[in-house]
Amino acid sequence: MKPAPFEYVAPSTISGVLEILGQNDPDEVKLMAGGQSLMPLLNMRLSRPALVIDLGKVADLDFIRETDEGVVIGAMTSKRAVEDSELILREHPLLWESTVAIGHPPIRNRGTVGGSMAQADPASEYPAVALVLGAELVAVSARGERTIPADDFFVTFLTTCLEPDEVLTEIRIPRLAPRSGWAFQEVARRHGDFAIVGATATLRLEAGVVVDPRIAVFGVADRALRFSAAESLLTGQAASDEMIDEVASQAAAAVEDPLEDAHASADYRRHLAGVLVGRVLREAAVRAAEASTGA
Amino acid sequence: MASESPQQGGIRLKVRVNGEHHESVVDPRMNLADYLREELRLTATHVGCEHGVCGICNVLVDGQAVRSCLMLAVQVDGKEVRTVEGLAEGGKLHPIQEAFIEEHGLQCGFCTGGFMMALCELFDRNPSPSEAEIKEVVGGQICRCTGYNAILRSAQNAAAKMSASRS
Ligand SMILES: Cc1cc2nc3c(=O)[nH]c(=O)nc-3n(C[C@H](O)[C@H](O)[C@H](O)COP(=O)(O)OP(=O)(O)OC[C@H]3O[C@@H](n4cnc5c(N)ncnc54)[C@H](O)[C@@H]3O)c2cc1C
Repeated sequence: MKPAPFEYVAPSTISGVLEILGQNDPDEVKLMAGGQSLMPLLNMRLSRPALVIDLGKVADLDFIRETDEGVVIGAMTSKRAVEDSELILREHPLLWESTVAIGHPPIRNRGTVGGSMAQADPASEYPAVALVLGAELVAVSARGERTIPADDFFVTFLTTCLEPDEVLTEIRIPRLAPRSGWAFQEVARRHGDFAIVGATATLRLEAGVVVDPRIAVFGVADRALRFSAAESLLTGQAASDEMIDEVASQAAAAVEDPLEDAHASADYRRHLAGVLVGRVLREAAVRAAEASTGA
Repeated sequence: MASESPQQGGIRLKVRVNGEHHESVVDPRMNLADYLREELRLTATHVGCEHGVCGICNVLVDGQAVRSCLMLAVQVDGKEVRTVEGLAEGGKLHPIQEAFIEEHGLQCGFCTGGFMMALCELFDRNPSPSEAEIKEVVGGQICRCTGYNAILRSAQNAAAKMSASRS
């Protein structure tokens, strides 16, 4: 349980990081953020980079900012900083609630927002939340900067669309539309463990019908999934129990290849996906109704 | 000191541990737990799973609880580290330590330091935590012999002692 030898460098600027990436074979290099996923992989020698570039000294990547469009979070911002942020609690209570479901306090002290996005663990909370909130992820490389919608970012198990020479710099989260309802739920063996399955949703109610619902699950398939067909089915309908049940079972049926492992069978994961989608839609609808009546 | 160009071999590290200044040269791959135990001979930091799950190796870095198996020694350059050895002051046990003794919060004691350091951060942040907040912290740790009730009682006792000594 000791890492294989590697060289180490901790630049203090993004340009310093890009310069070193440019001087090395990117496949031999690992960027380290909080290390809460990478260090276990190094300790178990599942990852054996020749060079570790530690992003921990790049102060420009550690921030939470409010903009006209919403909130921008630097990739190196710790989950603890998100949890402690009044701005996040006020503007994005869904992000806040998902944050405190991640691991335990010492894990959140070190683990970063960008690290969870880049790690793309299928059971991780943040990718699903990024899908539902319509986040955009910004990456830089020597070739320039690009902005990637969350819908395109997560590819499969532990794989994003980032190129090996790209560094994730920030996550942009647009403001929730006024009077939106939201919800987040997960089932785990123990609070703080990776979820077996989780679900999250946002929606609005206008003249008694659902507008712009967004539904995503995690822990069910090779990546966080958004259910566009189920979203279309719900759009323009009343948020009745019957309708929500129908949408939830359609979402569950839409999962192509549910994960199966020591924690849960594929059938159980599909079942849970349906149950949790139903629960988050009901909860989001209640919140949206309260927001509309100003309660 | 971490530098702007890649280094293998030894990297120079300056750190304060329990108030004492140390300067060492470490291999980049050495984790903080091994540095504390093997270089500084501070063996109260125990090592359990070595992948962040058990929480036994918790220490405080600049006041924040971290898994010392998931941090490199070079990453504490310029920082302040507190370990179990740094809890007692002037030969007097810390209230958290007294509480674990009074409530029988341990059997074999292997995991106890990790619980105490995680609780130490909690009490520093929040001198009168709710039961839910205590459970959140205790729930992040693994103990394989007591069951958790005695540990929860220890934590509550510690919180009571600490708020009594403050007022
Ligand atoms: C006991 C335990 C419980 C946990 N429970 C949960 C949980 O319930 N839910 C959950 O989601 N996670 C959980 N985690 C994982 C934790 O949240 C990690 O912090 C997170 O997955 C990775 O973030 P990090 O900052 O630690 O990244 P690192 O581990 O440093 O990096 C992870 C990967 O991302 C890459 N990377 C990091 N930053 C960038 C960047 N800016 N640009 C490009 N690539 C980058 C790295 O190269 C590496 O491949 C748990 C971890 C532990 C040890």
